[in-house]
Amino acid sequence: MSTQSPASSKGKSKLQEPENLLILASSPHLHTTTSTQSIMWQVVLALLPATAMAIYYFRWPAVVIILTSVITAVLTEAIINRLKGETPTITDGSAVITGLLLALTLPPTFSIGGTILGAVVAIGIGKQLFGGLGYNIFNPALLGRAFLQASFPIGMTTWSVPATLAGSAVDGLSGATPLGLYKFEHALTGYADLFVGNVGGSLGETSALAILIGGIYLLIRRFADWRIPVSYLGGVIVIGGIFWAFSPDQFPDPVFHLLSGGLMLGAFFMATDMVTSPITRLATWIYGIGMALILVIIRLFGGLPEGVMYSILLMNAVTPLLNRYTRPKIFGEVQS
Amino acid sequence: MVKTATFSRGVHPHEYKELTSHKPIEKLPAPESVFIPLQQHIGKPCKPLVAKGDTVTIGQKIGDAEELVTAPVHASISGAVKSIGHFPHPLGGRVEMIHIQNEPPEASSESEILLDRPTDWENASPTDLIRVVREAGIVGMGGAGFPAHVKLNPPPEKPIDTFILNGCECEPYLTADHRMMVENTDEILVGMAIICKILGNCKGYIGIEKNKPDAIQRMQERVSTLNYDFTVVPLDVKYPQGAEKMLIQSVLKRKVPAGGLPLDVGVVVHNVGTTLAIHAAVINGKPVTQRVVTVTGDGLRDPKNILAPIGTPFQDLLNYGGESLSETKQVFMGGPMMGLAQYDLSVPVVKTTSGIVSLHQEPVSAIRQMPCIQCGNCVSACPMNLIPTRLARYTQNQRYTELIDWGVFNCIECGSCAFVCPSAIPLVQWIRVGKNKARQVQKSAS
Repeated sequence: MSTQSPASSKGKSKLQEPENLLILASSPHLHTTTSTQSIMWQVVLALLPATAMAIYYFRWPAVVIILTSVITAVLTEAIINRLKGETPTITDGSAVITGLLLALTLPPTFSIGGTILGAVVAIGIGKQLFGGLGYNIFNPALLGRAFLQASFPIGMTTWSVPATLAGSAVDGLSGATPLGLYKFEHALTGYADLFVGNVGGSLGETSALAILIGGIYLLIRRFADWRIPVSYLGGVIVIGGIFWAFSPDQFPDPVFHLLSGGLMLGAFFMATDMVTSPITRLATWIYGIGMALILVIIRLFGGLPEGVMYSILLMNAVTPLLNRYTRPKIFGEVQS
Repeated sequence: MVKTATFSRGVHPHEYKELTSHKPIEKLPAPESVFIPLQQHIGKPCKPLVAKGDTVTIGQKIGDAEELVTAPVHASISGAVKSIGHFPHPLGGRVEMIHIQNEPPEASSESEILLDRPTDWENASPTDLIRVVREAGIVGMGGAGFPAHVKLNPPPEKPIDTFILNGCECEPYLTADHRMMVENTDEILVGMAIICKILGNCKGYIGIEKNKPDAIQRMQERVSTLNYDFTVVPLDVKYPQGAEKMLIQSVLKRKVPAGGLPLDVGVVVHNVGTTLAIHAAVINGKPVTQRVVTVTGDGLRDPKNILAPIGTPFQDLLNYGGESLSETKQVFMGGPMMGLAQYDLSVPVVKTTSGIVSLHQEPVSAIRQMPCIQCGNCVSACPMNLIPTRLARYTQNQRYTELIDWGVFNCIECGSCAFVCPSAIPLVQWIRVGKNKARQVQKSAS
């Protein structure tokens, strides 16, 4: 450092002042390390056990459908980002979740073209048309699936048995889901097969075990509200249980309800979607029990064997209302 | 393990208290000059009682006002009044201040001016004691700055049965109250006894977060040795445990009504620093001329707890903590959750300066904002049980009627919502804007 005369150093320090400027911001000046992006990727991580089981049971068709759906979802998001002239949002992980969840709800024999269409609808209409992440009313993956169900009623209800059963089954190419078997043939499937997922069904919904591993991880890390699976599954046990208690011959028992169909996947990964589920505690309980009621009614009395998708979509629709009419009591507020 | 008391919801920011929690309070060498703001409290600003060129002595009252809600200010060093003018204030803007240049008094003259006070406080009337508190210029030293004499003189229709000493210090980084509780235990307990005497028949509680085990232990020891009828209540480490309403809920399970004050449930709460100042005034006749400031943060080589004269420029304290200025990105007064960012380090220490935090890290405002994903984390964090994301959205959409209906005025601005928001939305900042706007709308409507 060279020595300077007081006058010049004074002048210099004035000129250099901007280097030492302090940043002004409104408090708080600390922030949690959890970001929206990290939550999304954690959800993807939690879906991996179910994804692995889907590939184990249904082999190459599963790989093809999963990759097609994820890639299409991400591409659709990127194209719409581009059209809207906004910064790309594909790295936030939300499009990957939508693509992956959609794939896991599709039958193993579903067509590639149909999968692409479903993913485009899920992201394009289900999410981006509403304004993108955070603004959609319905779970995008389920909206895409509902679109496919309406467009491809046969493709969406044609099932194959898992590869692990292919040799032993009488008909190795087509099978029915446990719910379908129950509804149309009144046949029950064993709990052990249901629990590990060694049954027919959509790619990722068959293994309750794999879903539980990922789902419990989400609950522990608090990336999903435990009240949702508890109220949804608990509601199904209670409401389904009441019917079963009255007429065990006519209705399936609560355990069968829990383990069959898409209930586990829906309860842990779709109903818990932050964007489309309520934020107040009371609304969350109503939401879960509402889904349970709709699900049991569809399963027991509807034309379809399964009702998870519609139960979640219908309760998604009333979530804004639930949030609005369940304002919690403010600290110290006296009920008037 | 005994179950500790706490309130509902809240957040757990990293504490960073280990930087200074074990460091004894150091007395700052007298600064060259001090700037005493005529407003360091909630209420009317003081008028100067001295003029340029006057000689002042430490403890001399140099500013006061007539109104009830105000607090006089005193010379914190002996010297000459160099000027009276507007200088930058740590709460923002420029405020009238008295600039005193340090000149050690001649040996013959009085070295310190003390307050006129009753010789035996135990037999003094509450009115006399309140007068001493007022003359000492004591305000809420935890950060609120509300004049203590007003708080200690509740209207007769609001009987007080409980006093709570607030030793939570729930803000990260700050350890000033902690050190005072460990080092000045007896004085604080006398201060509490004085407060209870002023308030009349009331039960005393000491609320301390359990991350200060030495303070809890020391308080418990001295309370039983000195035979005080006070209860030490260890509290969960959770922010904002030290917010008055939360503390009262934790300690007493009483809920201050929405829009109400602690005295509505028969409680007065004072911070450790305030209680110690009451002791200093009533027992030693010393007005508020100094306070303990935690000078800390990763922007400093040697973080410390410093006893500094009121009016000392922040820069002097930061230098004493061995600052390497060039890398500092942010400096705030107070803790990082509710503290105020500073842009000019010539601002003086005021009665409410509990800490000066200097940081190198990138500011929160630099984190990329994402849309609200309705995760509800802010709802789970809000100690007042509000819906922060909704309040922010109502503000953005200028829907002030709904904003008021959803309880915006209940927000205590603790910042818990903005702290937990994964999308880094400045929720409490939006709510502050909303409060202001809603107040304007209310005013123009009436």
